[in-house]
Amino acid sequence: MAANSRDQGRLPAPFLTPGSSSFLDFMSTHAPEQLPGHRPLPPVQGAIEAPHGTTIVAVAFPGGVVLAGDRRATMGNMIAQRDIEKVFPADEYSAVGIAGTAGLAVEMVRLFQLELEHFEKVEGDTLSLEGKANRLSTMIRGNLGMAMQGLAVVPLFAGYDTDREKGRIFSYDVTGGRSEEFGFAAVGSGSIFARGALKKLHRGDLTEEQTATVAVQALYDAADDDSATGGPDVTRRIYPVVAVISEDGYRRLAESEVADIARTVLDARLQLPNGPLAPVV
Amino acid sequence: MTTPFYVSPQQAMADRAEYARKGIARGRGLVVLQYADGIVFVAENPSRALHKVSEIYDRIGFAATGKYNEYENLRIGGVRYADLRGYTYDRDDVTARGLANVYAQTLGTIFSSAGEKPYEVELIVAEVGDAPEDDQVYRLPHDGSIIDEHGSVAVGGNADQISSYLEQRHEDGMTLSAALRLAVQALGRDGNGGERELTADQLEVAVLDRTRPQRRKFKRVLGRQLSQLLEPGTSADAGTDDAGDAEAPDGSGGGDASGEGGSPKKKK
Repeated sequence: MAANSRDQGRLPAPFLTPGSSSFLDFMSTHAPEQLPGHRPLPPVQGAIEAPHGTTIVAVAFPGGVVLAGDRRATMGNMIAQRDIEKVFPADEYSAVGIAGTAGLAVEMVRLFQLELEHFEKVEGDTLSLEGKANRLSTMIRGNLGMAMQGLAVVPLFAGYDTDREKGRIFSYDVTGGRSEEFGFAAVGSGSIFARGALKKLHRGDLTEEQTATVAVQALYDAADDDSATGGPDVTRRIYPVVAVISEDGYRRLAESEVADIARTVLDARLQLPNGPLAPVV
Repeated sequence: MTTPFYVSPQQAMADRAEYARKGIARGRGLVVLQYADGIVFVAENPSRALHKVSEIYDRIGFAATGKYNEYENLRIGGVRYADLRGYTYDRDDVTARGLANVYAQTLGTIFSSAGEKPYEVELIVAEVGDAPEDDQVYRLPHDGSIIDEHGSVAVGGNADQISSYLEQRHEDGMTLSAALRLAVQALGRDGNGGERELTADQLEVAVLDRTRPQRRKFKRVLGRQLSQLLEPGTSADAGTDDAGDAEAPDGSGGGDASGEGGSPKKKK
């Protein structure tokens, strides 16, 4: 029956089946082979070498949230790409930053963006921020087989909650476990150092610009101690991707804005290589 | 046992077409006009929840009249088709022509298959281009044919009268406000030559605006902005920019942002 209707050139049955507003649900009936979770896993021994993305940080401020990522992808000891972008808009009021296997992560982000857009078009309304976060959880879980073979994807999700009127951050583990983070969060190989920096630098009363600076400081500290994280590259003019999500929606800071922030941070580090000091008492 | 009556194929198809046409003519009118900066959809629709006009993809809009459950089904099918195509290839590879073809095939197959009730719908698929010459508007009647339209098109109840009224008065390069007022005048004419006054809350209006910085060009025109545009004598399209587009993030990465679902949340 389905094959028959396909021959006639009309939309196949899954296209006209009512009920689901999810693109993933539709894909899993119509074209499951295009979904990452439905592919058979090749039998391999040991880890596979593929480019990995590294550090992402998210920092909340009173009017929203900042999400920032460095630009390096590594493959073992080698720098695979200097200017990779790991922070993406998910929809108007949210963004996702990815650490882990770059190829799979980019595919996951494309699907996630499409899932949100598809829902919005079909329903005529957007998902709640919690709903979006849960959707991402499901997608990470779909990648569990690959994660077990060393190809994990771990995103950081940040958005502006239009109902609660504040920025919120969600972090994930490889099994899709989701937890809301308050104040700040970091993922990726440099996240330990970034989180340490954020602990000392983050305050609840920062402005948008100060928060962006704090994020770049944290990425600098991550790059300082983690070889897989790239610092601001002044010679090639490659700076971190910094995005702000507020009441006005998603906005990626222009390269010149980030360059100014990065230069300020670098200039200060010429005086104090370990970064600004937190008051002790 | 009774002998089945012989019905000639011509008669059978004519009956089906008649059935579909009657269903469509019962609905309210809907018009689509090209204006200087894009394409405007205007439907007489008092409902805020059941849309006749919707977004399919970045540059593609959809409008339909007839039976709600049938065109809603086709609309969702179209969104799935467009999203799947854009995901498989690239966003630029989703075109109104491709979508119109798929709709035509679907409607045509349903119309000519004896076991199925013909759909009582008439669709419009429109794509806004970089320049007015690149705009495409397709009308798809119930039987699976495609008509390539230019300038103005009307479907639904009283469509013949409305479209001849529009044809005489529509010009290329109209402002949004002028096109909108013309559309409302046209929709307000009934079959007996009488006129009704349509107000903003009886209308569903949306545009595909090529000047929008976002990737998604579809935008609903609502509330205050709509009443402003409908007022005669207001300067060209004063209302277009301040109410709607200011909300949009215009960073380079913000292309995905702001579709139809995003806009109602922002009240300025």
